[in-house]
Amino acid sequence: MNNIFVYCEVEEGVVADVSLELLTKGRSLANELKCQLEAVIVGANLKDVENQVIPYGVDVVHIVEDPRLAPYTTSPHAAVLIKLFQEEKPQIALMGATPIGRDLGPRVSSALHSGLTADCTSLEIGDHEDKKEGKIYKNLLYQIRPAFGGNIIAWIINPDCRPQMATVREGVMKKEILNAKYPGKVNRLEVSKYVSDTDFAVQVIERHLEKRKINIKGASIVVSGGYGVGSKENFKLLYELADVLGAEVGASRAAVDAGYTDHERQIGQTGITVRPKLYIACGISGQVQHRAGMEESAQIISINIDPEAPINALADYVITGDLSEIIPKMIKYYKQNTK
Amino acid sequence: MKGLRIIVLAKQVPDTRNVGKDAMKADGTVNRAVLPAIFNPEDLNALELALRVKDEIPDTTVTILTMGPGRAAEIIREGLYRGADGGVLLTDRAFAGSDTLATSYALSQAIKEMGEFDLIIAGRQAIDGDTAQVGPQVAEKLGLFQVTYVEEVLKVEKAKITVRRRLDNGVETVKAPLPLLLTVNSSAPDCRSRNAKLLMKYKHARTVTERQAATEDYLYLYDARPFLNIHEMTVNEIKSEAGQLGLAGSPTKVKRIENVILQAKDAKRLTAADKGINDLMKELIDSHVIG
Repeated sequence: MNNIFVYCEVEEGVVADVSLELLTKGRSLANELKCQLEAVIVGANLKDVENQVIPYGVDVVHIVEDPRLAPYTTSPHAAVLIKLFQEEKPQIALMGATPIGRDLGPRVSSALHSGLTADCTSLEIGDHEDKKEGKIYKNLLYQIRPAFGGNIIAWIINPDCRPQMATVREGVMKKEILNAKYPGKVNRLEVSKYVSDTDFAVQVIERHLEKRKINIKGASIVVSGGYGVGSKENFKLLYELADVLGAEVGASRAAVDAGYTDHERQIGQTGITVRPKLYIACGISGQVQHRAGMEESAQIISINIDPEAPINALADYVITGDLSEIIPKMIKYYKQNTK
Repeated sequence: MKGLRIIVLAKQVPDTRNVGKDAMKADGTVNRAVLPAIFNPEDLNALELALRVKDEIPDTTVTILTMGPGRAAEIIREGLYRGADGGVLLTDRAFAGSDTLATSYALSQAIKEMGEFDLIIAGRQAIDGDTAQVGPQVAEKLGLFQVTYVEEVLKVEKAKITVRRRLDNGVETVKAPLPLLLTVNSSAPDCRSRNAKLLMKYKHARTVTERQAATEDYLYLYDARPFLNIHEMTVNEIKSEAGQLGLAGSPTKVKRIENVILQAKDAKRLTAADKGINDLMKELIDSHVIG
């Protein structure tokens, strides 16, 4: 009772990275709250799936397996979570801010009348004093997220309703195995106790999923170039820096249009949205459309010849100068300091 | 085929995509007054999807439902100019401070007063919150099936609909029973523009409150042309429990807000000089951002 639950997404027998990241975060929150971490896996062909999650410090894995439960449709998965949460009364429930988590989370929160915060970039435990009511709430989940087009950061709390629900995007939390031999238990649930036949009325009749070739979204560091990089030649410097840092290379639309790099690297409103730990913007002026795809990066370095480039307003570090001089120095001093 | 009765959920939002320097007040709250209020972009995609069904099946009716302050009637007029048949403005001080859950409760109670329907279509998310929650939360409250991230309606059959969803890494074709709630992505077709004839027809469409404030001498019009009445629904016209509305009905509370733009002003400034770059790399390594 009153534990932390993480809904884990599974595609073809493999648990999604975002779910493992949430288990890692869930473990540290559980330690802080001195409660258990539990995982919920709903799907088909889930043989041995528990072995993928327990090492992240999961105390109990609830598994509901049925051929009809994959591919994902809303109602059966929601039915499992709603009933299981009514039985187990978790204090916190987390899921990925993916097309599945964002479809499922609100459905479950609506049924349970619990608060849900979407796309959190940070989760912390803390207290809250309601001065009007003269009440002090201990150990609430602070659900921290950018809001209003990224112009503000909001700390959201759910003082009275449980579970406190939050979704988090892939790549925001860090995934880390706690112990390969962690002693977690498996609790297999009978599908008929949770899902009724009528829940399967929505049918997926065709699916075309593409494997990602470039994993910019999952990269914890992105080196990104704009029109100001100046040439395809100069763009190679970005690849060199990315290579050294273990980063992926991204680009603004202007750089893609200029032919400096491929379309699949485009970051922004009409490209990919990234939220890496570090975003290095090289020669990017920072139009709103580009910022929309990267402004939630944890830290931003802007390298630009123009000290007034709009992107500098977002940056934690502004380096004013010629990137063909600066990037080689970054590579050099990174190597020196990591030796 | 018999036409469908479609309700489009729409929201008037401040245009957060073009935020200027004065958009945030010194206390970190949003200065809504300086931001233009627009039809939420993905709700326009939702409207277009509904209008395309109407193009296919002529008897179809499309009604816009929006919750907001009085001026949100603007987006209902905008919808009428583009082909919607009518609109409902759900407006009352009792709804102030609603989070997504209280909003979905109010909307679903309003929908219950709007008669039978086959489809509810909403934008996936609104740009002022990006939560993507209200659609699914309404579906749950009404006991409807839902399909999210839709970009095209492929086929409408008796009591069934087939749609294509656009996901991060591909597409899915889904068949679902009616009645149903859909949420629509920005990858769906853009909304058609205003139609000149409809603009003429609906330019005097007003809510009852707007009519009371109107100084124009058009009042006779509203009896002669009932389609000019935008239905204004208040809390008294829906069945609701006070504890589920507004701030009291919202499980989530905002504890604190920080202004991102102000925060970013303390950026460290460097040049191409070696020492600065060396220190920067050290700092990033020490804080485990890199390395």
